[in-house]
Amino acid sequence: MKNDSTSKFIDRSFECILLICVAVSVLTSASVIALLGKESISFFTEVSLSDFLFGTRWEPLLEPKRFGVLPLVAGTLFIVFGSVLIALPAGLLVAVYLSEYSPKRLREVLKPIIEVLAGVPTVVYGFFALSFVTPTLKAVFPTTEIFNALSGAVVVGIMILPMISSLCDDAFKAIPNSLREGGYAVGATKYEMVTRILIPASGVRIGAALILAVSRAIGETMAVTLAAGATPKLFVNPLESIQTMTAYIVQVSLGDTPAGGIEYQTCFAVGTLLFLMTLTLNIFGAKLMKRMPVGLSS
Amino acid sequence: MTRQRKQKLFHGLCFFMTTLTVVILAVLLTHVVMEGIEWISFEFLDRFPSRKPHKAGIKSALFGTLWVISLTAFFAVPIGVATAVYLQEYAPKNRIMEWVRINIANLAGMPSIIYGLLGLAIFVRFFGFERSILSGSLTLALLIVPIIIIASEGALKSVPNSLREAAYAMGARKWQVVIFQVLPSALPGIMTGIILAISRSVGETAPLIITGALGYVAFTPESISDPYTVLPVQIYNWAARPQVEFHGLAAAGIVVLLTVLLSMNLLAVIIRNKSQKTRTS
Repeated sequence: MKNDSTSKFIDRSFECILLICVAVSVLTSASVIALLGKESISFFTEVSLSDFLFGTRWEPLLEPKRFGVLPLVAGTLFIVFGSVLIALPAGLLVAVYLSEYSPKRLREVLKPIIEVLAGVPTVVYGFFALSFVTPTLKAVFPTTEIFNALSGAVVVGIMILPMISSLCDDAFKAIPNSLREGGYAVGATKYEMVTRILIPASGVRIGAALILAVSRAIGETMAVTLAAGATPKLFVNPLESIQTMTAYIVQVSLGDTPAGGIEYQTCFAVGTLLFLMTLTLNIFGAKLMKRMPVGLSS
Repeated sequence: MTRQRKQKLFHGLCFFMTTLTVVILAVLLTHVVMEGIEWISFEFLDRFPSRKPHKAGIKSALFGTLWVISLTAFFAVPIGVATAVYLQEYAPKNRIMEWVRINIANLAGMPSIIYGLLGLAIFVRFFGFERSILSGSLTLALLIVPIIIIASEGALKSVPNSLREAAYAMGARKWQVVIFQVLPSALPGIMTGIILAISRSVGETAPLIITGALGYVAFTPESISDPYTVLPVQIYNWAARPQVEFHGLAAAGIVVLLTVLLSMNLLAVIIRNKSQKTRTS
């Protein structure tokens, strides 16, 4: 009898220990929200929300201080649009090749190779941008500055390509073969099947892949810090230096900013904006990802 | 253009894009190796960073990375695996658990720089761990816990129910079933996830810069409260300098970093393949 009760006790305590570990994740989220909320509130008692959101000059380290976040947002958006413009068509074509055209054995070799691109640390992409992409751009456009937005967008594009191609590949795999065969039965070529059946049918999930990739590009830090520079600009010239939201946070962290000062708080205000943007996109993307392909919902 | 030619052209385009992607990877790797090869030597691994490029090395960065990664794994692995076990084996199907899952998925997608800010505010300032190995490791641990959870959950899910039922039929308690049956059976999958999560943290730069990994450290750390630098931060420091010599050093550092990462990935692939073979046979 005693043995049974100790056994029961072990069972209960084991479950309790596990539950404590689950609490760590919940606590992490709670502290992110509490921290960003708290620091933002003290930031916005000194700087008005509309000055922050709609101000067109970001000069928090100069006198007079100006806290208009738009130039940083513009820098981030340029990187996002530039990288997506590269990675979406390329990623989609790679996914089509892998799922529809490539022989099975070739596919088994190609997939892990492309995965390696996704595993390369972002600081390496930053170095690649500085020492390879920028000199190449300079050879084509002589006015290219050492730090420039385009080079950042190119390497972020390379970085998110594997993510887009693997999510699209999964989406294509979820389309039942009967749909493909239906297309072929009415005489479609493979090109027509892909563009008129496969891609439209997996449209929602391609959209989801796009959203998740955008979120990734927004949060990307080291590559753009190294490649794109530290000059906040509202109107981006691709060949000139810019600054993204993430790069600003790194710039401040590298200096020795005292805790509690306004410079310290700007990091958290910018961080809050970054957090809200990526969170919204991630939730929205995950929701879309769960939807069934068009026409298969019943 | 005829329909057949369109189809051929499209096939060619898809093939070209895929080849281009592989070529880009090859260019990236050869570029780094070409830039870095003349700087790599045994002394490079055994010297501290220096203002003079020819006397600089990555000893402090290698030791720092080793310290940080071991401590990160020490914190993150038990918490990540335990959470996955709870979610997969114990969690009741209710709204709270559904919410916890969404919460974990969002944490996995949160930009690493936000983890940096969190670590700065909580570990560096609030707990007063300062710019130490401990602060950096705890920050990275929070970052990789969601990754470990998601990977382990997948591995646990693939354990067939018959195994659990057989153990229960023998009169085993739930904790015994989990520890002696389910976990060993899911171990290869969990190991793969852990290795990939750790390799992610080996390459992380931004959170450690924010929580205060230093650029110039001329000693090897001796305890978890020491200041430190890690390989990616050292690489960033060299890459950010204007002098070309330091770019060579950065490239050499990258070669070392990528060698470590690729061998970890290879290990993960080997474990995965091996377990698949034993499963199917």
